[in-house]
Amino acid sequence: MSYSLNVNGQTFEVDVDGDTPLLWVVRDHLGMTGTKFGCGMAQCGACTVHIDGEASRSCVLPVSAAAGRQITTIEGLSSNAARAVQQAWVEVQAPQCGYCQSGQIMSASALLAKNSNPSDAEIESAMSGNICRCGTYSRIKAGIRRAADAINAGEVA
Amino acid sequence: MGKFQNNLQQHAPGRRQFLKLAGLGGAGLVIGLRLDPRAALAQQSGTPALSYNAFVSVTPDNQVRVLIKHLEMGQGIYTGLATCVAEEMDADWSQIVCEHAPADTEKYANLGMGLQATGGSTGMANSYQQMREAGAAARAMLVMAAAQHWNVPVADISVAAGVVRHGPHSATFGELAAAAAAQTAPAVDSLVLKNPSEFIYIGNPDLPRKDIGKNTGTALYTQDVQLPGMLTAVVAHSPRFGGKVRSFDASAALAVNGVQAVFEIDSGVAVVAQDYWTASKGREALKVEWDDSNAEMRGSKELAELYRSLLETSGTLAEKEGDAESVLSAAGEYLEASFEFPYLSHAPMEPMNCVAQINGNSAELWYGCQFQTIDQMVVAEMIGGRPEDVVINTLFAGGGFGRRANPFSDYIVETVNIAKQHPGIPVKLVWSREDDIRGGFYRPAFMHKLSASLGPDGKPQAFKARLVGQSIMEGTPLAEMSVVEGVDVSSVEGLVELAYHVPNRLVELHSPKVGVPVQWWRSVGNTHTAFSKEVFIDLLARNAGIDPVEYRLSLLEHNPKESAVLRLAAEKAGWGRDLPANTGQGVAVHSSFGSSVAEIVEVSVAGDRFKVERVVAVIDCGTVVNPDIVKAQVEGAVALGLSTALGDELTLTDGLVDQSNFHDYQVLRMSDMPEVEVYFVDSDLPPTGVGEPGTPAIAPAVANALAAITGKTYTRLPLKIG
Repeated sequence: MSYSLNVNGQTFEVDVDGDTPLLWVVRDHLGMTGTKFGCGMAQCGACTVHIDGEASRSCVLPVSAAAGRQITTIEGLSSNAARAVQQAWVEVQAPQCGYCQSGQIMSASALLAKNSNPSDAEIESAMSGNICRCGTYSRIKAGIRRAADAINAGEVA
Repeated sequence: MGKFQNNLQQHAPGRRQFLKLAGLGGAGLVIGLRLDPRAALAQQSGTPALSYNAFVSVTPDNQVRVLIKHLEMGQGIYTGLATCVAEEMDADWSQIVCEHAPADTEKYANLGMGLQATGGSTGMANSYQQMREAGAAARAMLVMAAAQHWNVPVADISVAAGVVRHGPHSATFGELAAAAAAQTAPAVDSLVLKNPSEFIYIGNPDLPRKDIGKNTGTALYTQDVQLPGMLTAVVAHSPRFGGKVRSFDASAALAVNGVQAVFEIDSGVAVVAQDYWTASKGREALKVEWDDSNAEMRGSKELAELYRSLLETSGTLAEKEGDAESVLSAAGEYLEASFEFPYLSHAPMEPMNCVAQINGNSAELWYGCQFQTIDQMVVAEMIGGRPEDVVINTLFAGGGFGRRANPFSDYIVETVNIAKQHPGIPVKLVWSREDDIRGGFYRPAFMHKLSASLGPDGKPQAFKARLVGQSIMEGTPLAEMSVVEGVDVSSVEGLVELAYHVPNRLVELHSPKVGVPVQWWRSVGNTHTAFSKEVFIDLLARNAGIDPVEYRLSLLEHNPKESAVLRLAAEKAGWGRDLPANTGQGVAVHSSFGSSVAEIVEVSVAGDRFKVERVVAVIDCGTVVNPDIVKAQVEGAVALGLSTALGDELTLTDGLVDQSNFHDYQVLRMSDMPEVEVYFVDSDLPPTGVGEPGTPAIAPAVANALAAITGKTYTRLPLKIG
């Protein structure tokens, strides 16, 4: 059936079964492949997108539940927090293989949009659903701290 | 020249192309944009590249293109090899663009293997000289062109940051690109490479990475390839290793709207559809009866019983030095410990996948290819073509840890078997996480028994190791060079040629045949041999009442490299410093892939839980080409090794894998990741391995820290305090 999706500020009509996860609609039907498939059961976070600003695992979110909500993927990131995170990721040279990093960036930017001064425990809690097999966790944590500093110092224009 | 350009045009994945999607709202069905990597290169530069040699080309608009012969899977080889080229070429870092090289064994073989392949932590080690020479040769051609153009002596020309100068003259590489490409390439032995004191890029920790697009979702992985008309396939695999399809009923699968075909292949039943979700719904609806008559039916429990019994019998001789048996059986102090290691899954974040298009006797593939030569030969045979008829477009891989270099090209063969049924159409095979965790090719389960007899000074006089575990190499095309007189060298590496001085040594190996496919896993045999060796040596030290660092150093007098990393680690960690209650330090040192690594950890214990608070790692890997990448690799190696200490464990019951996804195959998450401090031992020697050598020492260092706190010896991975 047909669903109307708001992705990155644009409206798309897609004709898919209602149980199709948002991940596969975004990737296979809209052709936006920055959001990654890692586990299919909300265990690894590679597929993280923002739904109305909240970090959400698109691999288990049926398209029927995403319709009518504000969906943001890595391709559409534009908030201050997101730009600060992406800049910090470059500065700390976070990615190795990079496959999980879209999801890491989506989780980190959702965290910082709400809490621009997270404690280590808050960072670990917000990022606990994002696996990185390359083990870039220390750099991700450092990147979040650096992005937080940049936001608080008003360095993100 | 022309052919080379064509290759570049065909093979480069290039940048992503995003269609403007504005104005589609309310337009009904949206036709997804299709990303065609073949078309992408044209966007990189408006002008074609002029090649100087197999690795370096320059475009008239001043890009330096470097072809990377190794798979970029997170180890930073794009940046590393580009650094070597830029250094000797005197290019500007910002003008360097990297692309994966095509599959061409003659041009792009791993010089340590004779095959085009990535692995064994050899990427930089085998390319360092070659890529510096490629850069120096390109520089020489640019200088010759400038000398001709300005009619001045070659010797008076200088080059810096991508600009060639003489007196009032200057030209960019781009301006000289065509004239330089027309020069005769200089002989390799005429090239003068820089002295390390002249390096501006090698050793520089602040170079931006060249594997770009990973912070914006625009880096292209196999999973992201979308070609016109492409179909997506999934496969129902036998739940047991060695199981075959007895029969299947495709009717319900074919009834799923969008499923195009269901058919049997060697490795199961393929379901082909327009997209992944449809294909997986088809697979769910599929009914398959499996024939287990040749399947492995044993579980971890039965295998453990077998391995424990083999541990009590003599195995194939792997190493004999002196007469360990006699010394061990003589009177005197004697220590023994047995160790157990489970199967491990690599579980890279991008599950296995591959895109193939078969056109008669030729084929084109797109994937994170780690074994170009072998994959090319295997596919050529399947389609009745020649290896050079198999075009491989190597893309970024979302992690590997060894899994993508499969000696049987397993998932590539699966892809080609499916694509053959759809000639002329690109087919993408996608494995789910469950396919990956249950798909085999694991780090083999092992058991070791180590024994030592001790002299009056508490030092080992004789050492014996008996190992039981499946051979990785046996039955593969690599057996000829890696199985010597019945001993797979990858099973015993780390325990043979023991780093510690022990006059009498004996190493024996049992390699039982088990139907669970096994494969190298980041640092291979060292994943288990370093653990037993380093936990055992700690046990000997504690037994002798000697500090573990001191005890090791006393047995490493002949081994300056391990001694140096150990001393520096002890210094940086503050070995022996006062620590809070229930906190302890642990140490391990191990050499692999030509590099030596010492790691010292601080671990705290609370009840039956422990936490690694701090890791100090010291590596001697020769010349450090990119200090930040080496640090990142050691951090990552520590993380993967720590994951095996904390939770990674794959088990079977009645031949069925018990785990299936990240909820029950538990890998390291952020809250368990300690800060890792990485230090280098200064060295001007050529680079040695970096990707793997950080892995082996971490788990034994943690076990030794636990032992320092609890007084127990930890002999099983993953570690459990209770």
